[in-house]
Amino acid sequence: MRIVLEAAVLGVLTGGVYALMASGLTLIFGVMRIINVGQGALVILGAYLSFALSRSIHLDPFLTLIVTMPVMFLLGIGLQFVFIRPLKTDREALSVLITYAIALGIEGVLGFFFTTNYIELRAWYETASFAIFGFHVTWVYVFGFLLCLAILGALFVLLYRTSFGAALRATMLNRTAAQLVGVDVDRVSALAFGIGVATAAAGGVVFGVTNAFNPGSHYDLISRLLSIIVLGGLGSLRGAIIAAVISPVWASFVFFIILVLVLIVRPQGLYGVRVRERI
Amino acid sequence: MSRLRVLKRVGLLAAIVIALILPLIAPDPSTTNLAVFTVMYIGLATSWNIMGGYTGYISLGHAAFFGFGAYSLGLLSNHLNVAPGYAPFLLVPVAGVISGLVAVLIGWIALRTRAATFVIVTIAFMFMGQLLAENLVKLTGGGAGLGFPYPQQWGGDFYNTPFYYAMLALAFLALATSWTIRRSKFGLGLLAIRDDEDKALAVGVPTRRFKLAAFTISAIPVGMIGAVYGYYVTYVYPQFVFDPLIGISMVLMVFLGGLGTLAGPVLGALLLEPAQLQFAYRFGASRLYLVFYAAVFLLVMLFLPRGVVPSVQELLQRRRQELASP
Repeated sequence: MRIVLEAAVLGVLTGGVYALMASGLTLIFGVMRIINVGQGALVILGAYLSFALSRSIHLDPFLTLIVTMPVMFLLGIGLQFVFIRPLKTDREALSVLITYAIALGIEGVLGFFFTTNYIELRAWYETASFAIFGFHVTWVYVFGFLLCLAILGALFVLLYRTSFGAALRATMLNRTAAQLVGVDVDRVSALAFGIGVATAAAGGVVFGVTNAFNPGSHYDLISRLLSIIVLGGLGSLRGAIIAAVISPVWASFVFFIILVLVLIVRPQGLYGVRVRERI
Repeated sequence: MSRLRVLKRVGLLAAIVIALILPLIAPDPSTTNLAVFTVMYIGLATSWNIMGGYTGYISLGHAAFFGFGAYSLGLLSNHLNVAPGYAPFLLVPVAGVISGLVAVLIGWIALRTRAATFVIVTIAFMFMGQLLAENLVKLTGGGAGLGFPYPQQWGGDFYNTPFYYAMLALAFLALATSWTIRRSKFGLGLLAIRDDEDKALAVGVPTRRFKLAAFTISAIPVGMIGAVYGYYVTYVYPQFVFDPLIGISMVLMVFLGGLGTLAGPVLGALLLEPAQLQFAYRFGASRLYLVFYAAVFLLVMLFLPRGVVPSVQELLQRRRQELASP
């Protein structure tokens, strides 16, 4: 019983981190119909940026987000402008390849500057823990979970309480119709991409404190994140969060098996709607 | 027959002859090694094109079949105590069959999805293969890797030659398959699926069966090539055969050369693989070759998304029209 409870608590806490990383991915897909395969690499990039900042000016890893999130936001807007916007035909398939190339580029640059040795973000809460109901929870999981709640909460407010959110959701539902009623979809797309990449910075800090990582870590990360959003249903924020919270409790393999089972029974994912798509 | 057609045939014949006698005219190991890998990628890209180019389903997980093929051959030849030499090559078709069976299973599940979801699911399956190879330690040796028989008798310059011809045979097999499909009713059905799957179904193309067949057919040569690769490098590790970079390389070559064309994948492999090897050799330690790779990829996607072959064809056609109507 205690083990189950412990696994459940840990599952929810780490699930929060995956929910945060997956939310950026699903936001980008929802608005632009683009699978950002580079999200994992961007998370790792965020972790490295925080690593560099915390090492050079001895800032707490979580506090480096004040710098890294805006930087990553701008980077996201830049990437969208240079690489995604010029795609005119066959966006969905081509964007996967483009973002894959971006991931490779990031991996190469990080490997050049930081070598391929594994590193970890250091902080006092990385190992310090407190006891609750007889088992120990490391502080970092709590902090990470709170950060994820804060950012996801902000994301929900942005999406459902602001006029920008309304424009964004309109673009998600029907791009052409949104354009017709006066939404600047290009601007919305750029901002959504920026926000999605900025959440990767936040995810990167928590990932970096809880895991040792190197530039190649993004492969493992992205395969999990992609599975999470497929499991939840592409483009569904709620589906992504639920899928993230229920999944990392188990080892990766069990998780992939669940993905397969879901695809057999429900190809559109937990919360997805079946769409008629053309490639 | 027009002059262009004659020229094309002569060029093709010359290319085949050069491919056949290459180890005789350039026997030094560094050249033959380059040739082995280039021909390997010609085979891989051509096979991938059957699914990605004709059918329009982008699979980023074809490295899974590469890995399954390599591990199949390694395990089979170890358990059957196959003597190093030409004997392991006889098991290569078995590795192909095993990869084909895996492809039926993966395809049956992955082909329930379309477009972007399909891409993701194929990536997930590739990592599943990697996890299997890593975690079934008793069978595969796990992260410590798997050794193959080592053909000591092929010393010196000759060592690469048998592997070169094995890869060449597989590349020809892939090209012949691709050519046959392109001219068959089956191939026409695949093109219809690419253009509009729902309409194809409506006019009577058995889309599910065709897609699964195309997926399997494109996986079998990849498995066989993976098997020869494993034997060539004599030692494989999970992350070096179930390698996302191998999966993305074949895709990039097809896009560079021309999606859905016969010559495109060949051209793409000829252009990219030597460059990639050079870069990996010079900057391998610093991982900077990944940046080069990403840069080529991005440039191709942004400026030449239809590939070299279709662009050149279009150019020729326009010139001919200009000549025809002065």
